[in-house]
Amino acid sequence: MAFRSSTRWRFRQPSVIPGFGLALGVTLTWLTLIVLIPLSGLIWRSSGLGWSNFMALVLDERTVNALTISFGTAFIAAVVNLFFGVVLAWVLVRYRFPGKRVIDAMVDLPFALPTAVAGIALTALYAPNGWIGSLLEPLGIKVAFTPAGIVVALVFVGLPFVVRTVQPIMEEIDKEVEEAAATLGANRYQTISRVLLPGLLPAGLTGFALAFARGVGEYGSVIFIAGNLPYVSEIAPLLIIIRLEEFNYPAATAIATVMLFLSFIMLLIINTIQSWSRRRYSNGA
Amino acid sequence: MEVRVQNIRKEFGRFPALDDVSLDIRSGELIALLGPSGSGKTTLLRLIAGLESPTDGTIFFGAEDASRKSVQQRNIGFVFQHYALFRHMTVLDNVSFGLKVRPSSRRPPAAEIRRRALDLLELVQLSGLEKRYPAQLSGGQRQRVALARAMAVEPNVLLLDEPFGALDAQVRKELRRWLREIHDRTGHTTVFVTHDQEEALELADRVVVMSKGAIEQVGTPDEIYDQPVSPFVYGFIGQSNCLNVTLSRGEIWLEDRPIGLRAANEPDGAATLYFRPHDIELIDGCGGCLAGLVTASRRVAGTRHLELDLGKAHPSVEIELPPERASSTDHTRVAFRPTKWKLFRKDGDVAAAPQLVEAPASELARTGT
Repeated sequence: MAFRSSTRWRFRQPSVIPGFGLALGVTLTWLTLIVLIPLSGLIWRSSGLGWSNFMALVLDERTVNALTISFGTAFIAAVVNLFFGVVLAWVLVRYRFPGKRVIDAMVDLPFALPTAVAGIALTALYAPNGWIGSLLEPLGIKVAFTPAGIVVALVFVGLPFVVRTVQPIMEEIDKEVEEAAATLGANRYQTISRVLLPGLLPAGLTGFALAFARGVGEYGSVIFIAGNLPYVSEIAPLLIIIRLEEFNYPAATAIATVMLFLSFIMLLIINTIQSWSRRRYSNGA
Repeated sequence: MEVRVQNIRKEFGRFPALDDVSLDIRSGELIALLGPSGSGKTTLLRLIAGLESPTDGTIFFGAEDASRKSVQQRNIGFVFQHYALFRHMTVLDNVSFGLKVRPSSRRPPAAEIRRRALDLLELVQLSGLEKRYPAQLSGGQRQRVALARAMAVEPNVLLLDEPFGALDAQVRKELRRWLREIHDRTGHTTVFVTHDQEEALELADRVVVMSKGAIEQVGTPDEIYDQPVSPFVYGFIGQSNCLNVTLSRGEIWLEDRPIGLRAANEPDGAATLYFRPHDIELIDGCGGCLAGLVTASRRVAGTRHLELDLGKAHPSVEIELPPERASSTDHTRVAFRPTKWKLFRKDGDVAAAPQLVEAPASELARTGT
């Protein structure tokens, strides 16, 4: 707003909080060191390939498959997490029951647990001879060593992101809003679907974006459960490692660059939707 | 629609919030529930709405027993202090929500819903703002949206919980007058809760004064102000003075002096005298009067308020005089006599405690003229 109101663009906006220059300087330096330099190094390396070379590497069938699997499974896992994360947050916010604190603490476990441990544990469970896998096998459902297994692993690592972003917003929901819906004749189902859930949309999208981003980049847990069959259950991060081990640096950088680009586009879209909806609902009654 | 509350009792845990409350609300009436916080007024409103269920007692909507009906079935309109608008919906969607969630058998067609919502927005003077979101409205506008939303379902009764409580004084006054207009035009039976006596007296047809989970008095604003039936109402509505006096042979005595007021047919003993600061007359020379030293004098709008010290044993008394009258009196000592007053007998020997429900204060009281 301030930019629009001033006739001339000024680098420093007058503000009651001092230290804008210093704070922005520190921020930019830090961001440059931690994020921009490594990423631009990546782009610089891949730009050395030349366009046709680059496209050939990217459009290689195995690469395309790996990227599809990575983004596809991450997307499905984020959708699943969005649904169950909201349900879990709902239970944690709305009900009182013995063991609630324990469950609340357990939600954070995927943050802390080494992802390889999670991957091995999940593989043991879902393998055809595992506890869950042996139950699913007679039904003809195979989870471990298929893309479904990747989704399971990504659901595991992404769950806390949705729960922890939605939970505080849910706690803030005014009881009066629900009562208002009830006085207007809305039943419980209508109140939840038309009043409560839409209000959680911005937070839900944030959680979705975080879980999705985490899923795209996840490596440790997936490689154990995926089976890593090329063209079928091989994720892009693994393919990058394989190319590196083959000393095929151009291919590795090309895949990485495409991942970077796609992730950036998708996060940008999600963030745009989010800030749009947040602008609408902010400081509302 | 007529609403009857019969012997309602509500306990939260073991704490009684309402104790045996009965109230008849006439159809088309605008009625105020007035009381200090904790008096149970909001609980009563929420019980009528069905947002709480009574521990005991019945609520009738017309001839129908509504007590066992859910909130949704009661078809009421409720306006919350903090608006409780749906912030992800436009103003229009907020107002039409109540019609849209109806089962398809009772739901009007979409065009009809839209037309009715727009009509209501016109009624609350918000035409043209239907595409806005609540966040883009001022507090007063939000409360008007909330009212339109509540009226959209054609409620049996409109219930407002401190509707102007969150607004600033200017907007509040404006909305108050405007609510009265809306009520006169639409004729909904309306109950509103407030702790602001000015609001209650100005707006309502009848006022219900509540205290400690019970109804103290129900009456028109005039009745409430001019004929309070209990010390609590005397003290809560408007300004009042309260003096501990004794009755002896039909005369009222302050300590060892008669104050020139007679209460015939009253048994001797201790009592409390209540009178309003403006219901007094000044007298020259004191043969039976109240007299005190002026300790403070303030000009408030068109009157001058004098604070008088009647002696150490008594709380200071405030009287109101026309300014010219006040300046002509002797400034150090003022003698006066209440022109309108009321006596309440003490309950047992609890001296200052206002007597409540059990003691039928009105029976014992005598009113001066």
